[in-house]
Amino acid sequence: MSSPSEALAAPLTARPKSLTDLFVSFTLLALQGFGGVLAVVQRELVENKRWMTKEEFIEEWAVAQIMPGPNVINLSITLGARYFGLRGALVALAGMLTFPLLVVLALALVYAQFAANPQVAGALHGMGAVAAGLITATGLKLSSALKRNVMGLALCVALGVAAFVTIAWLKLPLAWVLVVLGGIGCVTAYRKLAP
Amino acid sequence: MNTIVLQAADWLSLFVHYASLSLLCVGGAITTAPDMHRFLVQEKAWLTDPQFSASIAIAQAAPGPNVLFTALMGWNVGLNAGGLWTAALGMVLCLGGIMLPSSVLVYLTAQWSHRNRDLRAVRAFKQGMAPLVVALLVATGWILATANGYAWANWPAWAVTLVTTLVVWRTRVHLLWLLGAGAVLGWFGWI
Repeated sequence: MSSPSEALAAPLTARPKSLTDLFVSFTLLALQGFGGVLAVVQRELVENKRWMTKEEFIEEWAVAQIMPGPNVINLSITLGARYFGLRGALVALAGMLTFPLLVVLALALVYAQFAANPQVAGALHGMGAVAAGLITATGLKLSSALKRNVMGLALCVALGVAAFVTIAWLKLPLAWVLVVLGGIGCVTAYRKLAP
Repeated sequence: MNTIVLQAADWLSLFVHYASLSLLCVGGAITTAPDMHRFLVQEKAWLTDPQFSASIAIAQAAPGPNVLFTALMGWNVGLNAGGLWTAALGMVLCLGGIMLPSSVLVYLTAQWSHRNRDLRAVRAFKQGMAPLVVALLVATGWILATANGYAWANWPAWAVTLVTTLVVWRTRVHLLWLLGAGAVLGWFGWI
């Protein structure tokens, strides 16, 4: 028996054609990701390539977020493994890291000459402001998937607002927020999913 | 450049330190940066303070995952200890250390949860965490946008963030155009 989200998603979603396709796709994703790769991953994999639905993206991201390690790296491993097993995980990881690593090293080598330039600093500041908008918009886009959540929209909104306030305004430790609010969510969902 | 000497045991301790931080960095590798500073700069003096800060700044300005700042730290430690070959060694040890334990754990978990995706507990976890996933993304955006404090003088940058949010949410404009526009605005000192 397949879960409802998969049954709905089946006709819509595509998948990477080969390991090369996976490597090239993840390399291009990583190289477009200034100030965080997540916004690009959502745009490309969900909206353009349709390798996964919004709901599946949220589910995978929940696992990537709760596990230790860099989130986007965790997501690459999860997605690569899902399509091609261990080889897929390694290829997705290599795609995410290889070329960006070369770019970072090149930047480090020229950084000394431009660090004091106010225009360069200004451009970085500007890109930072845009990057903040990209990540916010990614959250807002994914929020429409909550309408189909088993807990119902009202509780989803309440948990979401509580998480935002505790993290963004009260700056409480992430682990506590995930355990308490995530715990409420998981227990509620478990009860609603009762057979 | 300051010169330091690293023995085999030192290289090993560099790897072990990063590997031990790997399982602690829930919520991104950057959350363990303070401990890296304590180890590399204060305890061992393998890296200077400006080198440490520059490693983070450069990795955040560059495209790609932010975890690459650990590679730059290893690179700089290696440069201090000799030349390009030790720099490459330091890079591999730091990046490998911070990623290996967590990646193995994530791979095993991902395979297990995909095989058991119809299990009630697995579905409950994913459904129950969904509102938090959405909220954390918006909260991250908020924290980035207010990194320079809540002073009213920051309003041009907030306006750019707000406009970007609406444009990305409601249209399909390519993200690189927006980043380019932000860079131009910043270059001329308008925000």
